[in-house]
Amino acid sequence: MSDEIKWKKESDMPLMAMSMGRMTVNKTGSWRNLRPVIEKEKCIKCGICWKFCPDVSIRLDEEDYPVVDLEFCKGCGICAVECPKDAITMIKEE
Amino acid sequence: MKYTIPAQEVMCSGHKACQGCGAALAMRYALKALGPRTIMTFPACCWSVIDGPFPYSAVGVPLFHTAFETAAVVASGIRAGLDARGEKDVNVVAWAGDGGTFDIGIQALSGTTERNDNIIYVCYDNEAYMNTGVQRSSATPWGAVTTTTPPRHFKKERKKDMMAILAAHSIPYTASASVAYPEDFIKKLNYAKSIEGTKFLHILATCPPGWRSAPEIAVQLAKLAVQTHAFPLYEIHEGRYFKMSMNPAKKPLTDYLKPQGRFRHLTEEQVADMDRMIDERYSYLLEQAERSKPYFDAKKETK
Repeated sequence: MSDEIKWKKESDMPLMAMSMGRMTVNKTGSWRNLRPVIEKEKCIKCGICWKFCPDVSIRLDEEDYPVVDLEFCKGCGICAVECPKDAITMIKEE
Repeated sequence: MKYTIPAQEVMCSGHKACQGCGAALAMRYALKALGPRTIMTFPACCWSVIDGPFPYSAVGVPLFHTAFETAAVVASGIRAGLDARGEKDVNVVAWAGDGGTFDIGIQALSGTTERNDNIIYVCYDNEAYMNTGVQRSSATPWGAVTTTTPPRHFKKERKKDMMAILAAHSIPYTASASVAYPEDFIKKLNYAKSIEGTKFLHILATCPPGWRSAPEIAVQLAKLAVQTHAFPLYEIHEGRYFKMSMNPAKKPLTDYLKPQGRFRHLTEEQVADMDRMIDERYSYLLEQAERSKPYFDAKKETK
C-alpha cells in the first residue's frame, strides 16, 4: 500500500472497500501536554530515543542527532526517561 | 550510525494509539523485522482502532480486519491463497491482542496450529481487554484490578499459560518477548520468518491507561516485568525444548508493582504470595531449560 499506487484500468481496482490513505493525515501533535526538548551538548547519538518512540516521531539528522517531529509527537515522555545522558527534558506546552 | 534494529520504517506516524502505547511499539518493531512484503490480519483489538478509520491506515502493509475469533484462520486462508498463486516470499501475520488469543480466538488458533499452517501469530499482551475499557481477560495476572475485578474482588486466578498450550500442539516455534528488548524481539521474528509452520510469539505490551501507570515509564515497566521474573523471556522449540532468552538477576517484585495502579491495593502478604507464584513458575522454566540443553548443543554442532 505505498503512496504511488495508481490503477490503469477498472479491472485493476480491488473488489472490496480498501483503505488507500495513510494515517499521516492525523496530526497527533495536538494531543501533547509536554514537549520533549533535546540538549545537543549532552547527546551522545546513541539512538535510544529513536528506538523507543511509539509514534515514529523521532528521526536522526545527517549528523545523527535526534530531531523530534512535533507534528506527531504525543508527548508520552518515553524518550526523556530512556535517555542515558538525561539530554531530553519535558517542558510544559503553552 | 550503527543501528541495533533495522532502520526501515513501515509503520507511519499519526496512528491512534494512546501516549506511551506498548502495542504501537510492538507493531513498529515487528514491521521493521518483517518488511513491506507482509500481509496482516487483525481481529477486534486495540490495533483495529489504532490503525485508523476508513479510508486510512497506519501499518503501511495490506491488512485484513477480521471477526474477533478468526484472526488465525483468516491468516491461514490468506496463506493458502498465496500458495495457489505461487507467491512464496510474503509473510502472513495474524496480529491479535490477549483477548483475541487467550479467550475468544483460541479455537481458531488451535485449529491453525493443529494444521501447522505457515503463518506467524503474534499476540501482543496488554493483560486485559484494554480497547473496550479494561475488562479482565484470562491473560490478566493474579492480583490485578480491572473494571470487572475491582480492588475488593481483585483477580484471584492465575494468568493462563498460553505458551504451554501452544507448545502442547508441538508447533515448531513459540517465544515470548517484551517491548523493552526490541533486539531480542526482532531476532525471534527473523527466526520465525526463516522456518516453516505455525510460529507463535507472545509479546508483553505495556498499557498506561489500563495498568494505571505513567506513560513515560512504559518501557521501564516492560523491562522490570522481565527483571522481576514476572514475565520471563524464553523460547520453546518443537513444543518440547526450552531455552531462556535472558536470565537476569531477580529484582524485588515491588519495583514492578509499585508504579502500577492496578496492583496498589495488594497487602504485603499478598505480594509475597504473588512472588512465590512467580518463583515457582520461573524455577520450572529453568528446570526445563536445563533439561533441553543437549538438544540445543546438538543443534549448534550440526551447524
